[in-house]
Amino acid sequence: MIFATVPFPSFTLESLPQLPKLLVEWLLMLVGAPDWLVSIGGTAAMAGTVVGVFLSAFALLSLVERKTLARIQNRLGPNRAGWFGILQPVADGIKMLTKEDIVPTKAEWLLHLAAPILIVVPSILALGVMPLGREWVPVNMELGLLFFFSVGALTELSVFMAGWASGSKFPMLGAMRAISQMVSYELPLIISALGVIMVTGSLRLSDIVVHQGDFYFGFIPKWNLFTPWGFAAGLIFYIASIAEANRCPFDLPEGESEIVAGHMTEYSGFKYALFFMGEYLGLFAIAGLGVTLFLGGWQAPLPFLGWVPTWIWFFAKLAVIIMSYLWIRGTFPRVRIDQLMRFAWLCLIPMALLTIPAAALWVFTGKGIVSWVVTVPLLLIPWVILTILFNKRLAPATRTYTFADS
Amino acid sequence: MISDSSMPYSAPTLEPGEDDDQLLRVSLGPQHPSTHGVFRMNVVLDGETVVSLKSVFGYLHRNHEKLAENMTYLSSMPYTDRLDYICPLTNNWALAHAVEKLAGIEVPERAEFIRVITAELTRLINHTAFMGFILGDMGAWGSALMYAFREREKILDLFEDLTGARMMSNFMRYGGCRNDLPAGWADRCSIVVNDYGPFLDELEKFLVGNEILLARTQDVGQLPQKTLINGGITGPMLRAAGVNYDIRKVEPYGIYDRFDFRIPLGAKGDCYDRIMIRFLEMRESLKILRQALDQLPAGDYIHPKAKIRNFKPPVGEAYARIEGPKGELGFHLISDGTVNPFRYRIRPPSFINLTLLEDMCLGLDLADVVIILGSVDIVLGEVDR
Repeated sequence: MIFATVPFPSFTLESLPQLPKLLVEWLLMLVGAPDWLVSIGGTAAMAGTVVGVFLSAFALLSLVERKTLARIQNRLGPNRAGWFGILQPVADGIKMLTKEDIVPTKAEWLLHLAAPILIVVPSILALGVMPLGREWVPVNMELGLLFFFSVGALTELSVFMAGWASGSKFPMLGAMRAISQMVSYELPLIISALGVIMVTGSLRLSDIVVHQGDFYFGFIPKWNLFTPWGFAAGLIFYIASIAEANRCPFDLPEGESEIVAGHMTEYSGFKYALFFMGEYLGLFAIAGLGVTLFLGGWQAPLPFLGWVPTWIWFFAKLAVIIMSYLWIRGTFPRVRIDQLMRFAWLCLIPMALLTIPAAALWVFTGKGIVSWVVTVPLLLIPWVILTILFNKRLAPATRTYTFADS
Repeated sequence: MISDSSMPYSAPTLEPGEDDDQLLRVSLGPQHPSTHGVFRMNVVLDGETVVSLKSVFGYLHRNHEKLAENMTYLSSMPYTDRLDYICPLTNNWALAHAVEKLAGIEVPERAEFIRVITAELTRLINHTAFMGFILGDMGAWGSALMYAFREREKILDLFEDLTGARMMSNFMRYGGCRNDLPAGWADRCSIVVNDYGPFLDELEKFLVGNEILLARTQDVGQLPQKTLINGGITGPMLRAAGVNYDIRKVEPYGIYDRFDFRIPLGAKGDCYDRIMIRFLEMRESLKILRQALDQLPAGDYIHPKAKIRNFKPPVGEAYARIEGPKGELGFHLISDGTVNPFRYRIRPPSFINLTLLEDMCLGLDLADVVIILGSVDIVLGEVDR
């Protein structure tokens, strides 16, 4: 008879990701748990869903990355474990878990242990504030964006901890590189997000997504990317996010051809797997933020596609961004540290700063034709000047070669 | 280190055992992803800047020269395959050339043609693999390498048909080659040669059109011509700096004086020039190959009177050199009239090209060291012997 008192809540495809939460709450209410326990249980189930989804996505991505890179490189990639190598992540996981955990004698063992844990936790925390669907916002925080950036900055700490605590020289060099790179690229990353905050008037990530909801002329989505300032800021965000996620061509902290594996050199077994995991979760977080800020988050790209559950759109956009990272990784060599820093401070940061007045003018002039006329030159002219200056002073030249006479 | 007043950078060095708050001593290798084998560099870094770099070789030392002095001239032929294992056929030729000079053996015309064809194919595979390796050193791990190796594999298939082995060929003999070209080999070789030009165009477009590659390699690791000549540098590395020195032209051996080809010269001698010179050399090699395949005569592949067993060259001494893909490859033989050489000495191009590594790297970044080492194009089998 107690079953009759607590009916199971209805859910749709849209709120499918809520199912674990609803299930746990229903079960707790069924056994007559107090309200605070029901609330805690529901939140835990919600968090568990997010962690579970992104950890499976991590497993999938580790396979997809290897397969994609293999195809780019004219190879087959992993194809032994399971159908088309689908069980490769499982095999990798078993291998990682059964490997010996080596701690160098000169290592600070506590920091050495804490670093891989500390790289996973902030990435999961950052994913927690992400609006993954219309009804799927794990933590709808008012200062979500601020929380994201402050938590995301913690990963730099753990990378440096790993480098310092290993008591070895390649990790030390990797940590030095990581600190200078991540601090430099955090600036354009955050500055390019400021325009979005100004236009939306909120730091809440779900507000930012809702704000990008409409369509121009009924078919061009009103995403921030399709405005002049948003396009510039989105591009800067994209480049800076590659550096922030330590991806090629900005993978200097790992720089395998120079410093072996950077901060991860002295890690083995599951600690190494945690670094690997933290890196991919960070990749999801930063790419997901890019999707939220500039690509309309969970909004459908065309008006007649509104019936598709919104979380599918979020993950589809995430997949597109991440596949572009893989493409870049398969095709580009790595830049040198001085070129990397010069690019950040001479190109990205000035252009990112310009997107702020552009976004202000965009709002001030009413987001219409006038706004386009005002903001496009404001961004385009400095960009052209910067490009000319950069090419004149620093661009590599093409050369011609002679042949000996005899 | 060869002293030169134009050295770009000088800073305090760190003595062994001494420690410093500013300087970091790093041992790159012998276990390192991009030292091209078991090569070690003791680097002292100031931040990321290289303050001092000491090369340590010998991890792959196999006592090749002393072994060869205790076997017959022919027995050391397979060992030369293992010197520079990327291009065994030029090593074979260099030894055969030295023995022929020592004993005054004639080589039939067809054998000379086969030697030129295999040597130029070897130059192609060496330079192609170089493109892949240097991109790997730059961080494009695998992409360029796999495409380079795909083309290399086509030539290795030809070698397998001809010599029975992809890499360890053991093909040259005194007075010619071990066997004749198999039926239809020349036609298959023509197909590969004709397909190679488009592949090079594509590879060059992708590599040279990449701004990161240009930024990473231009003005990195150049040295003045004088230093290079004093250091005994040969091969593409010397020609990239604009010195016209190619043994195929300077001291033509075999039948190279019959072919029409040019020697490309660079201007600056940095890593970018070294890459581009190798591209241009590959195109010249293709020209030689086309001519050689067109003119390939019939006849003996080995001199009919060449003595293989119980071969005793007269007492004497000979130094013969060829233009290997990596530079001047010379063999110095002293004979005392017995079946074994009294002295057997190799002049390996990679080893001598590597001696100026420190001069090229000082004052540059750690990331540049890896590219410079890649641009020297070493094979440790030849460096350590």
